[in-house]
Amino acid sequence: MRYLSPLLAAALTILVGYALFSALGRDPLAALHAFFVRPVSTANGVAELLLKASPLMMIATGLALGFRANVWNIGAEGQLILGAICGGGVALHLEGAASGWGLALMVVAGALGGMAWAAIPAFLRTRFNASEILTSLMLTYVAALLLSYLVHGPWRDPQGFNFPQSRMFDDALLFPLLVEGTRLNASFLLALAVVAAGWVFVHKSFLGYQMRVAGLADAAARYAGFSATRTVWIGMLAGGGAAGLAGLAEVAGPIGQLTPSISPGYGFAAIIVAFVGRLNPVGCALASLLMSLLYLGGEQAQMELRLPAAITGLFQGMLLFFLLGADVLINFRVRALRRAGPAAASAGQAA
Amino acid sequence: MTDALVPILAATLAAGTPLVFAALGELVVEKSGVLNLGVEGMMLCGALAGFAATVASGSAAVGALAGLAAGAAAALVFALLTLTLQANQVAAGLALSIFGVGLSAFAGKPFESVALPAPQPFALPALADLPLVGPVLFAQPPLVYLSWALFGLVSWFLYRTRPGLVLRAVGESPAVAHAIGYPVIGIRYLATLFGGAMAGVGGAYLSVSYTPMWAENMTAGRGWIALALVVFATWRPGRVLAGAYLFGGVTIAQFFAQGAGAAVASQLLSSLPYLATIGVLVLISRNPNVIRLNAPVSLGQSYHPDA
Repeated sequence: MRYLSPLLAAALTILVGYALFSALGRDPLAALHAFFVRPVSTANGVAELLLKASPLMMIATGLALGFRANVWNIGAEGQLILGAICGGGVALHLEGAASGWGLALMVVAGALGGMAWAAIPAFLRTRFNASEILTSLMLTYVAALLLSYLVHGPWRDPQGFNFPQSRMFDDALLFPLLVEGTRLNASFLLALAVVAAGWVFVHKSFLGYQMRVAGLADAAARYAGFSATRTVWIGMLAGGGAAGLAGLAEVAGPIGQLTPSISPGYGFAAIIVAFVGRLNPVGCALASLLMSLLYLGGEQAQMELRLPAAITGLFQGMLLFFLLGADVLINFRVRALRRAGPAAASAGQAA
Repeated sequence: MTDALVPILAATLAAGTPLVFAALGELVVEKSGVLNLGVEGMMLCGALAGFAATVASGSAAVGALAGLAAGAAAALVFALLTLTLQANQVAAGLALSIFGVGLSAFAGKPFESVALPAPQPFALPALADLPLVGPVLFAQPPLVYLSWALFGLVSWFLYRTRPGLVLRAVGESPAVAHAIGYPVIGIRYLATLFGGAMAGVGGAYLSVSYTPMWAENMTAGRGWIALALVVFATWRPGRVLAGAYLFGGVTIAQFFAQGAGAAVASQLLSSLPYLATIGVLVLISRNPNVIRLNAPVSLGQSYHPDA
């Protein structure tokens, strides 16, 4: 049931999508085809799918580490922006002097930027007991304003006709393309590496084990002497570092410069990916494909069905709702009670 | 001096009002032991529904009611998930916020270019003529007065009535409340719906009265600030009210600083409310005992009656 429930949730989401398209006066089957099949029916479409899945799988893998240990970092969007700012800042300063080291330096700067932004809630939680949920989310707004300040002010391209954006980065500082003619670039390999590293950490390392214990049984972890402070720090930094990498991969990939808006909510969508992927790195990688398809479907729906692209967010939210609802089947067994009355067919307890 | 002060204070009250609604609603929810992180999503649903209903009917009162209903409907989804299906409250609250952002952005597209006339403040006769306090307190939109009534109602209900006592008991110890014979899940349902309705009204106030327009994500984190306010207020209505106006003041200060030509980038000023939220959270949380003594004991934990 643990692995069936995401499938059930996806099926329910598609079912409601069917009803929604009918209600909007579109041919539901054609609309669903346009939303879920058309985007990936070409090689270019598949490349786009993998391109959009890359940041999602990175961030979700990082966040899942924390979520498993009850560390609720929901500010990945802000950490992504900081990764883009730090990595992009390096790119702007390397202008002209680009060498093979440039991109590597940007990757490191991006990850460190995301980690630094995540370190603030980690510090406030461990030192001052402040809820990381609220502080990490507040910092997302601050990060977006900081980026807006930079591209409107000091980092604005002097030859950019006053558009709020930085110079384009040197070609040598962008991720090389994996498949010529598409936008899929080497950051996809980076994402796979993050997923692999996450899997090793969760399943093969003692620290990962300690964090799982902390999430399942807080008291047992304390009794065993596992440091709660370290759990918070690792949980936050993993999410922040991964989000920072994802942000850098966006600006050093398909975007190629700093603009006021560099992510269509990847940091929040990754929260859903983490849950749909069962907080498991491999699951996150698979779930990121589904979530990426929702992004592509939203774009397709806008072009073909003249529906707002915001429909993506609607589907994303529904997916998580249905998943959480379907998870009741993991912890409880539905059974019909013999006793007549209003309690009949209610969820009886099991497991 | 007073001439300069009046618009600042009046604007502070107006800016704090959505927070008053949302945070007082969430306070009641949390007092019953439920942590609903979906305030932002419920506010957005309320803001859109309120705006759409006002455009359709021409009446701000209908808009406020529509916001109330939309917020409660959104909260119902959360309640079904967490109270009936026993889902994790943190995850379900996040889901509600993400869903509310998506739903309102999708359904609100046709309203983005629509404008509403700015509502006239409703001056209370006689009281509005008082010097200083008159124009500040008594020449406000009707929803501002209603927010004060809500404050009185919530304070009275929680601390002076028997149902309020039961609600607090459910939040402190659901098992005991259940053993005595109170319907824990039913009470939590009612509290959650009330919280959603108030978040919806707060959202409708934003889109109908405060800035009469609809824009995607127009709450700009106010739902999350409301959540922080409840912690900051150590779950007490009076402090929620004070905290909401404090944040209203920070928001307004930023506009006046920009208007006065402060030599700081506007983005840095705009981040003040968020930084202030972090600041007060740290201040109030740094002593774990303050939180432990004031937070409802069962906050955020599912309760299953026959477990």
